[in-house]
Amino acid sequence: MSTRIATGGRLLKKSNAVSFSFNGKQLRGFEGDTLASALLANDQMLVGRSFKYHRPRGIVAAGPEEPNALVNLGTAGQFEPNQRATTTELFDGLNAESQNHWPSLEFDVGAINKYLSRFLPAGFYYKMFIHPRPFWKHVYEPIIRHSAGLGKAPREKDKDTYEHFYAFCDVLVIGGGVAGLEAARTAGRSGARVILLEQTDHWGGRAPVDGGAIEGTPVESFVDTLVTELSTMNNVEMRTRVMGAGVYDHGYVLGYERLTDHAPQSTGPRHRLWRIRAGHIITATGAIERPLSFAGNDIPGVMLAASVRDYLVNYGVSVGDRTVVVTNNDDAYRTAIALVEAGLSVPAVLDARVLPQDSPLMARAKELGIRVMMGHAISRVRGAKRVTAVEVCSQAGEGAVLETIACEAVAMSGGWAPVVHLWSHCGGKLIWDTKLATFRPDVDNPPLGADGHGFVTAAGAAAGFFGLDDILHDAHAAADGVATTLGFKLPSDVASPNAGRQEEAPLTPVWLMPQGAGVKLREKAWLDYQNDVKVSDIRLAAQEGFVSVEHAKRYTTLGMATDQGKLSNINGLATLAGAMNADIPSVGTTTFRPPYHPISMGSIGGEARGDVFQPIRRTPMHDWHVANGAEWEPVGHWRRPYSYNRPGETTHDAVMREVTNTRTKMGLLDASTLGKIIVKGPDAGKFLDMLYTNMMSNLKPGKCRYGLMCSENGFLIDDGVVARIDENTFLCHTTTGGAERIHQHMEEWLQTEWWDFNVYVANVTEQYAQIAVVGPNARKCLEKLGGMDVSKDALAFMEWADGTLGGFKCRIYRISFSGELSYEIAVDAGLGQAFWDALMVAGNDLGVMPYGTECLHILRAEKGFIMIGDETDGTIIPQDLGLSWAISKKKDDYLGKRAQERSHMVDPNRWKLVGLETTDGSTLPDGAYAVGEGMNENNQRTMIGRVTSTYHSPTLGKGIAMGLVLNGPDRMGEVLDFPGTDGKTYQAKIVDPVFYDKEGAKQNV
Amino acid sequence: MSEAISALNGAVFKEGIAEILGLDPIGMISIRGDLSASYMKKAVKKAVGVAMPDTREISMAGDKGLAWMSPDELLLICPYAEVANALETLEKGFGESHALALNVSDARAVFRIKGLHTREVLAKLAPVDLSPQAFGPGMIRRTRLAQVPAAFWMENSETAQLVCFRSVAQYVFDLLKTAAQSGSEVGFYRS
Repeated sequence: MSTRIATGGRLLKKSNAVSFSFNGKQLRGFEGDTLASALLANDQMLVGRSFKYHRPRGIVAAGPEEPNALVNLGTAGQFEPNQRATTTELFDGLNAESQNHWPSLEFDVGAINKYLSRFLPAGFYYKMFIHPRPFWKHVYEPIIRHSAGLGKAPREKDKDTYEHFYAFCDVLVIGGGVAGLEAARTAGRSGARVILLEQTDHWGGRAPVDGGAIEGTPVESFVDTLVTELSTMNNVEMRTRVMGAGVYDHGYVLGYERLTDHAPQSTGPRHRLWRIRAGHIITATGAIERPLSFAGNDIPGVMLAASVRDYLVNYGVSVGDRTVVVTNNDDAYRTAIALVEAGLSVPAVLDARVLPQDSPLMARAKELGIRVMMGHAISRVRGAKRVTAVEVCSQAGEGAVLETIACEAVAMSGGWAPVVHLWSHCGGKLIWDTKLATFRPDVDNPPLGADGHGFVTAAGAAAGFFGLDDILHDAHAAADGVATTLGFKLPSDVASPNAGRQEEAPLTPVWLMPQGAGVKLREKAWLDYQNDVKVSDIRLAAQEGFVSVEHAKRYTTLGMATDQGKLSNINGLATLAGAMNADIPSVGTTTFRPPYHPISMGSIGGEARGDVFQPIRRTPMHDWHVANGAEWEPVGHWRRPYSYNRPGETTHDAVMREVTNTRTKMGLLDASTLGKIIVKGPDAGKFLDMLYTNMMSNLKPGKCRYGLMCSENGFLIDDGVVARIDENTFLCHTTTGGAERIHQHMEEWLQTEWWDFNVYVANVTEQYAQIAVVGPNARKCLEKLGGMDVSKDALAFMEWADGTLGGFKCRIYRISFSGELSYEIAVDAGLGQAFWDALMVAGNDLGVMPYGTECLHILRAEKGFIMIGDETDGTIIPQDLGLSWAISKKKDDYLGKRAQERSHMVDPNRWKLVGLETTDGSTLPDGAYAVGEGMNENNQRTMIGRVTSTYHSPTLGKGIAMGLVLNGPDRMGEVLDFPGTDGKTYQAKIVDPVFYDKEGAKQNV
Repeated sequence: MSEAISALNGAVFKEGIAEILGLDPIGMISIRGDLSASYMKKAVKKAVGVAMPDTREISMAGDKGLAWMSPDELLLICPYAEVANALETLEKGFGESHALALNVSDARAVFRIKGLHTREVLAKLAPVDLSPQAFGPGMIRRTRLAQVPAAFWMENSETAQLVCFRSVAQYVFDLLKTAAQSGSEVGFYRS
């Protein structure tokens, strides 16, 4: 069993015991434990079931590379699935549940899948999807889908908060092991602004566990001294619990800070996503140990050798009384030595190598009486939910069992792989290091910045240096080089510390154990624990022709689980290379993508949730609308009242009432959202002539004109009324959604193409509250307020004037989007509410009512006015809409002119705007298509038109609509069929789009 | 005659790591033109009494000043009641030259962020280097605050003034409150 021993535990605060629960069981641990170390201390080796076969799975590693120990963490609003026990700090009251088990972790029905394993080979899903199809849907899918999958989705709203933080520095060092600390110190001493990130809550990485001495002092005290020195440096920011998640172009890095995961009751945000812009990035991200591929290497109790050492030294945890060490390198001997020195038993070290002489570590192991068996390997691990013994064989053979050694744990080491993820995110290249049998960063091919120079440097173990002395020297040199490149200079008294060299015997690559293992053993030799990919699966994939590493990955799902193949990648592609008789570098690696380790969705969203999920734009009268029953319509980011519903009134009834009231008495519309752009300069007229399809330069000051704007492809993009303020100044109204877009459109043309035009533009949309006073009583209302002359003679239709009304300084535009007598009045936004109030009072006995956007739509549709976004969709030209009158024939050019002369644009078969009137007075469904005779080339009903706007008109007492119809204007009076999605076919007659007051008498009074 | 009111009319948040105050309207005039021209320099000097600010800088003298907004754009700041006078001075100074000056006072909302953690609150929302070395009094950043445009400057080492569009005043106030929530100190900046 695994247990807590009396000695060791350098990271624990043993005075501070904490209790936690796992699958409902109350357990105890210490402050400083990870959930994984605390589980092991409580003999909870079994922590989950594998994804596909539901094999029992135990803790394998001690860091973010852990593939198995994923748990559901927390409850209710703090529930989160797929949390790694090895990176979860223990706290009092922690509540964890294992995943992917049913009905229980100990007895799992899904484990039957393992007896089906011959039917679930590599590429199973792809093969099954193909045939037989009914089987997939009715037999396999429900069962297998149900049994697959990892954590559960949260059911409640996340109660925590999250935030971002933008930080800038010269040198960003990722990784707080000895390499990162030394690099930060060196860069810091050069005067650069340095940020140093460490993903765990402690400094020094694994060096204190591995031991050794630096400048004559033990590693641990060297780390303490370095941390103290760094914390006194004003230009160095040190952060624990922040993981470097991703490296992006231009020195941009995401850091994932876990603020309260270890103390969920504290106030403040849970995670903070650091968005760092660095002059240069040093990745001191260390290395990850590789497993060995032997049969039964997934049985709980088989762990990485260095992780066994971590649990022993850092947490005082023994993973078993008897641990067999199996290795192809010297480093695992450190584990054997540490275990024996702690009083535990190591029955044997199975070393796959055959070496001419012992290295110092091997000699030390032998001195301690450890039985070292060179050239030996594991044929098979015995046990089900826990290791019971290993069967020993020769590495060179096919697995004939020479001896069986009883044990509770197996510590395996297949060598080390530098953590190259962050180096690779932006295109840093890798080279295969034959000596280390691993990929490491190719220093000659770093990720390149905008200046063509590398902006990432790997340091220490991450660069492929493994001796303590080499690591320190490399980190020092890397930081010195980076600082120099950035223009900083290291004082001459700053030198790299020395650690002395310890010779190690070279590693021998071992990709399968024993090397001649037959298919029976290979089927039990796991590569990817989380996704259940075995050596046999990769071989099958290669046999079936998936020889590209990216294809083999997707076919077998190797490395596609939440650990992203941190343990499995190198072993998997070496196996693939072996199956193809190719060398490993020619097979290459799959792509490393951010994040390095999963980060929370909350941290990505940051502050953007709840009230601040998205900006909502409010007009100066917003609160009044709220208080008066506004039903909202989002228009861009604005909220506009759709209608003002009175108590007991439906939205439809409210809209009908508003239309009738505006037509017969008077309505107020909050038109503040409509865009207002000032265009000023000696060339303003010329500029507007180019932007609008019609002529604007001949507009007289004091007058207004409706205009259309097209893109350079001829399509209608916006419309609105232009007012000429003075000789050099125009005010252009845009649609609500168009203000920013059109302002930008103007700036773009002025800055890139027409830079010689003397024109300035400014978006003054929000400076004004604009209120449309509409209806037969509009003039009476304004006259009641008193002030400027608003009579027809003083202010005719399509004119504007400045003045005062009821004491408010204002500008009145006599424009109408309703067909009624209408004044649009602009006042300073800060006075908007007061002016609105004044209009409501003055209009009280004139029947004033506010109206919303739906009423506005009906009023304009009755008049046959088009709406950008309804009648247009980015493919419509003004000519389609019967707006040829608004296209100047006199102008040489305007944006869209040439496009509108293209053959497709002048095609007489383009659908054209018409009015549509149902034969029975009902309302056409929005977006309905008119169908013609026969079928098209895709075997669909022939379409001959579609509805673009449709309403019930209370004024006319029937349904009215506009639509685009093939040869529409030539087919007046014809009746078309519009099948609805309700199964009914609507019939509508083609009519003139102007349903109401065609001669415009009502607006021109 | 009614008094112009700000979008948030005196909103205050004091329960976090920095104080957030919605301010009364101030006068703001958007100016476009050739900032190197002598008529421009003279006109703005006459209007607010301060010299032309350098790139990404703001010159303030009391409640009046000029902020650099782009290579051909300035923001003139003055008391709300003095906008009309300032506009007139500018128009006169510009004469026949091609330039633009517009009152945008009502198009804006103004906030003050106060306290030890002012820089951190802003750095949670704006992609700006807010370290005292990179951003001190006399500088302005025209940037974004989460999803909307904003500009801000340091009034002193612990106080910033921030300007955004009026329609998003509530959003910006809520953003600043979120960024200033208690327990969210970052502890990043050292002077």
